[in-house]
Amino acid sequence: MEDSAVEILSASTPKPRIGIDGGDDNKNWRRRVNGVEVSVPIVCGSIAFYRGKKAKEYRTHNWTVYVRGATNEDLGVVIRKVIFHLHPSFKSPTRVVDSPPFTLSECGWGEFKIDITIFFHADACERKLELSHLLKLNPEIYSGPQSPNVPVVTESYNEIVFPDPFECFLSRVNNHPAVHVSKLPEGLNLPPPGDADDESYYKMKKGDTKDHPLSHWFLKFSDADELFRLTATRQKVYAAFLPFVQADIAKLKRQLVMVDAQPE
Amino acid sequence: MGGTDAKDILGLPKTPLSLTQEKKSRPQKESHRKPDGISREVYALTGGVAPLMPSIDVTHLKRPPPHDEKVAWQWLPVKSSARKDDLQLYHWVRVVNDVPPTGDYSFAKYNKSVDVLKYTDDEYENHLTDPVSVWTKEETDQLFELCERFDLRFTVIADRFPLSRTVEELKDRYYSVTRALLRARAQSPAELANHPLIKEPYDMTRDRERKRALSMVLSQSRHQEKKDAEILAEAKRITEMRLAARRAAEPDVPANENIGSVSPSSNSQLPATAVAPSTLTMADYASTLASLRMLHVYLRTYGLEQMVQAASSAVGLRTIKRVEQTLQDLGVNLKPKVPTKTVCDEHLELRKEILTLLNLQKQLQYKESEGSSHREGTYAAMPDTPKDRVFASEPFSFGAERPIKKEPKRKGPGRRSDTPSPAHKRPRKLKASDL
Repeated sequence: MEDSAVEILSASTPKPRIGIDGGDDNKNWRRRVNGVEVSVPIVCGSIAFYRGKKAKEYRTHNWTVYVRGATNEDLGVVIRKVIFHLHPSFKSPTRVVDSPPFTLSECGWGEFKIDITIFFHADACERKLELSHLLKLNPEIYSGPQSPNVPVVTESYNEIVFPDPFECFLSRVNNHPAVHVSKLPEGLNLPPPGDADDESYYKMKKGDTKDHPLSHWFLKFSDADELFRLTATRQKVYAAFLPFVQADIAKLKRQLVMVDAQPE
Repeated sequence: MGGTDAKDILGLPKTPLSLTQEKKSRPQKESHRKPDGISREVYALTGGVAPLMPSIDVTHLKRPPPHDEKVAWQWLPVKSSARKDDLQLYHWVRVVNDVPPTGDYSFAKYNKSVDVLKYTDDEYENHLTDPVSVWTKEETDQLFELCERFDLRFTVIADRFPLSRTVEELKDRYYSVTRALLRARAQSPAELANHPLIKEPYDMTRDRERKRALSMVLSQSRHQEKKDAEILAEAKRITEMRLAARRAAEPDVPANENIGSVSPSSNSQLPATAVAPSTLTMADYASTLASLRMLHVYLRTYGLEQMVQAASSAVGLRTIKRVEQTLQDLGVNLKPKVPTKTVCDEHLELRKEILTLLNLQKQLQYKESEGSSHREGTYAAMPDTPKDRVFASEPFSFGAERPIKKEPKRKGPGRRSDTPSPAHKRPRKLKASDL
């Protein structure tokens, strides 16, 4: 397959930047930082516009499927390429996007499950990650004929977790806005990242989606509500334990009374 | 017989003398007429029904004996090659056409014996003297004589042996003597190689161990058997989990079993009677965490799924459904909409706590039903709060009231009062005013 050929090529061509493929510092390459977690909040979604007057039988909607940073930061720092597996009725359904922003636009009529494979930079992880997204073209509740100006937006929040990351990866992404790094252990000396001013690493094209034409349709995800609800619910559950605790205390008290009542 | 049945159907009174009551309870088929040829009792043995397939070809039964032969039975003396003495025995012999049957006594071929080797005194002195000097020549001679007499039945030999020696010692001596003899007599070692005594020499200690183990297994109490089965099942589960973790691992990564920091922070608040997660569940969590780390990259939702599975691994499907129902009742998404790390951790903890709570309530229910059944001998009065809903729908949280589901296993009417008496130890339904 062409993809594997591409991968082999990129592995063998030497890159000027130290860090992404471990370069010449082999010790750092294999050393993992235990107890640290690197997580990348992403949003996987699709936006579909009805074509209105221009709609034909097999081309009723323009849609875009994408993987973006949850705060629209550049995911290219972690992700090397994304493959969107479209329905076989599409021409060459395996669409490779090898630079951020990882979006794919197409024109069609049907809803289907899109399998998405994410490939990371070599210093992050050699395994790929699979997820899937259900493309929705029509709104859930019918509210009249679709307007070509109001799209159907389906987004889902998730986080890519790298447990025990490599040192070089950690040093490279430590302060990047797209990446969350859990609390670093005391006294951890990270090797200095590759030249931070080396803008050629960040490709010519802007990788973030902050100014993406569709960006004003993006949803904002906040965990505040969910967190609030969860902690409130846990409180309720604690309260439900109360009678059991009281029963325990009562039982212990009775036992103590019995013990005390024994003649010495 | 048909008359009484008809009377029964019609509901007419039966005559007092007849045992119609009993006959009615018997299956209908017994009143059928039994077939000729076999007695009633024998027919009843087969269940009163004729066999589906004839077991004997009927024609064989009716075949008359062949008329061309003259068969007589005679009382004749018997000669058996198995007998070495002169004892003359007689038995009935089927004589056909005045010709008595020829050939050896038919059971003589079963007279088999063991080839016990016999050694000369020279051989004994050269090869067979016991180096440990426990066995004297006389003893060895006696042993071999007994072996031949009793066909290597060592338990009998041990019984008859003049000195008290254990079965294993006798076996050991016999086999080592025979082996040494074989080696001494053999022309070349090659021809011995396939002799069973050489290929698998008798090992006294192993024999003892084997017998001890067998007797242990035999004498194991049922309690011990159950425990063993449990331990084996646990071990199997742990190895399977470890295997799964290793399978998910990359081949070039060293196995680093540094367990992560997911420690339930809320455990200190739970009551003492709370069912602490069994050691098995902790192993589940640890191995799930380890297998996640082996993946090197995973989605947060996947991680949560795995941990939830680990938490539910020791419980049945019904309990899992109850946990999910409780979550829904409380307005919590079964799968978090914004799965950040904190949200996922909180979600997992909440699930675990609900599980513990359900277990506690179930325990309480069992104890109470046990207690009252001892007292009254009937099933316990039904608890007031419906058991399949931990938290009934509250006024402020969400919309339509769902009908309370009836537990299928319940017997007797369930009282569903909304205000249970405070004397009950069961948790009251929470109201908004409680928080």
